[in-house]
Amino acid sequence: MKALIIFSILLFSLGLMSHLDSSVPTFTPKEKLSDYQFFTGTLSALNPAPALIPYELNSSLFSNYAEKLRFIVLPGGSHMNYHSTQPFDLPIGTVLIKNFYYPLDFSNPGKGRKLIETRLLVHETTGWNALPYIWNDEQTDAFYDVAGDTRTITYLDNKGKKQTTNYVIPNKNQCKGCHTNGKEFLPIGISARHLNKTVRFSGIQGNQLKEWANKGWLKGLPADGIPANADWENTTASLDARARSYLDINCGHCHNAAGPANTSGLFLDIHNQDPHLLGIHKTPIAAGRGSGTLSYAIVPGKPEKSILVYRMNTNDPGIAMPELGREQIHREGVALISNWIRSLQTP
Amino acid sequence: MKKSSLLLLLISWAGLLQAQPEIQRKFQAQFIEVDNNGLVELPEGNFTLTGTLSMDGKQGVTIRGKGPDKTILNFAGQISGAEGIRITNGSNITIEHLTVQNTKGDAIKTQLVDGIRFLHVKTEWTRGANASNGGYGIYPVQCQRVLIDSCYARGASDAGIYVGQSHHIIVRNSTATQNVAGIEIENSLYAEVYKNKAFNNTGGILVFDLPDLIVKRGGFTKLYNNEVVDNNHDNFAPKGNIVGKVPPGTGIMILAANHVDVHDNQILNNRTAGTVVVSYYITENPINDSSYHPYPSEIYIHNNLYERKNERATMKGRMGKLFRFKLRFGKKVPHILYDGIPDPQAAGKPAICIANNRNQSFANIDAANGFKNISRDAGPYSCTLSIPVNVKLQ
Repeated sequence: MKALIIFSILLFSLGLMSHLDSSVPTFTPKEKLSDYQFFTGTLSALNPAPALIPYELNSSLFSNYAEKLRFIVLPGGSHMNYHSTQPFDLPIGTVLIKNFYYPLDFSNPGKGRKLIETRLLVHETTGWNALPYIWNDEQTDAFYDVAGDTRTITYLDNKGKKQTTNYVIPNKNQCKGCHTNGKEFLPIGISARHLNKTVRFSGIQGNQLKEWANKGWLKGLPADGIPANADWENTTASLDARARSYLDINCGHCHNAAGPANTSGLFLDIHNQDPHLLGIHKTPIAAGRGSGTLSYAIVPGKPEKSILVYRMNTNDPGIAMPELGREQIHREGVALISNWIRSLQTP
Repeated sequence: MKKSSLLLLLISWAGLLQAQPEIQRKFQAQFIEVDNNGLVELPEGNFTLTGTLSMDGKQGVTIRGKGPDKTILNFAGQISGAEGIRITNGSNITIEHLTVQNTKGDAIKTQLVDGIRFLHVKTEWTRGANASNGGYGIYPVQCQRVLIDSCYARGASDAGIYVGQSHHIIVRNSTATQNVAGIEIENSLYAEVYKNKAFNNTGGILVFDLPDLIVKRGGFTKLYNNEVVDNNHDNFAPKGNIVGKVPPGTGIMILAANHVDVHDNQILNNRTAGTVVVSYYITENPINDSSYHPYPSEIYIHNNLYERKNERATMKGRMGKLFRFKLRFGKKVPHILYDGIPDPQAAGKPAICIANNRNQSFANIDAANGFKNISRDAGPYSCTLSIPVNVKLQ
């Protein structure tokens, strides 16, 4: 509790609570990640200060095979408000922290990791703002950088094969490319369907959202009827649930009726129930060479004839979908969506 | 002496290349940090960029180069981002006096901008027409108050200048060549396209309304005083795209659009059709969008000059087959071609009016009845229309 109070004083002093001071409508980003004191001890160990709430998603966005470590910081004494379909209401001053890293060896996490970037989403009085920080090679700190950058990454994949790849760190604007619903900047993962899952708290298994409600961090959680997306890697879930969950988190933030990709008329969010708008026998619009030589987004039973798979299965930036975080092809995602399309019957 | 100066040149060239990642970051930082109503000045030079330069949420910003052939942003080595320049959620943005080259996807895309101006901008793929080129050159979508003036677009595998799902649009004094579609206005309202040159594209100027979009019914478009010449280029669009269906030799094509006024254009030497007016059915694509209107209506074609060489229409693609086996015009290809598929909701009212064109010739190809009663008589369409379009961008 004491740490929480100290932390809210810290946030206040940073100006995150700047709505109290009308002459400073937004706060100034700190130069270094360490300046925020989110973590204790050696920074690269990412040991969270007590006020940080770690969180996990049922299915998460593919980001060039990087792994992510996520935290929420709520201003002292405040809470989130539940919503069944939209991202939760988060108080002004909330910070979402997302750390992107590569394990040096995917089959042996104990061998250590390389941190690439840490993105902060800060809820200011004027709305959400993205603050990108890029880690130095020495892994001693990360530095505020709006322009993005390109890194060469080397790691051993889960088959022990050495992989070398470009990793393009998005610039500040590109954060909004995903995190937007119409014109408003919004979080993506902080939604009931993504967070409704069993996680481990201090060694004990429990439901993440119920735990948050018990702690008073989340208000308005209903007793039942909470939506849950499937974990796309969980082979005990239905193929349809896994595929729709994968499309929802990877594509649905742009490809929905209000998102930046509504120009295409292709809606891949979990709420869309119209098979045509989901892509079945749907012709492309303004896809340019993204259509390949194919006629429809999805041809039931025929992944090799479906533009959806074609665009997932390339890293050519003029064709690849999603447009960002895709310097590599997500082979497992391509396999999942191919299997799903193969299973679909012509309506 | 010669050798050492060459060496010096090589060294300085290598230095230039090495500096390029910093150029990417420098330009990108300028795009982000520029204040509202500010200026981003790009210097003279040929700059190699590896990712999209993006701008979001700005008002009144001008991005200015030193001239279209002086400030060249070259994206040949692009590894990320679906376009060269991307501008989103802004107002009163001007892009001027620069060239964007060889992007992997679109050259310049602007989305949700109220007041966007492209002045003396060149977008091109320097190898010319090629299926691997990006889709669009100058590409405003979901914008309003769009001005494209004195621009140049070459090599797009879809459309050189493409305005989609926008309203209040002027495209003028611009040139489009070696694109599949030279200039295309799609699902948009209130557009004036004038004093442009569209030559050596597959199709010169297109006005399309497509299904499945939020803006269902575009229209009120005026095309006038344009030179639409020699648009006989092979269609190099990837199949699947709507423009992949445009036959080589198309001057002006109006597909399922409404209230289009085509007048005082020079429509010369487009071998397949100087002006073609068709419904969406001609695409042979299924229509699943029940609120979509697939027919053209109130299309007025008048006071244009038509000329063509004494030659056959294209024999390529689906449309080539249609000309060869069904229409059989030989070398007497009509300048104006109408698919003749009537809108059942508008019985008795002609969808098109044709008047006072020089060298006019016509065919209704009766596409609804298997091309059985092709008619060369323009008489039933001799009428006039008043299409009120007067685009003001202020």
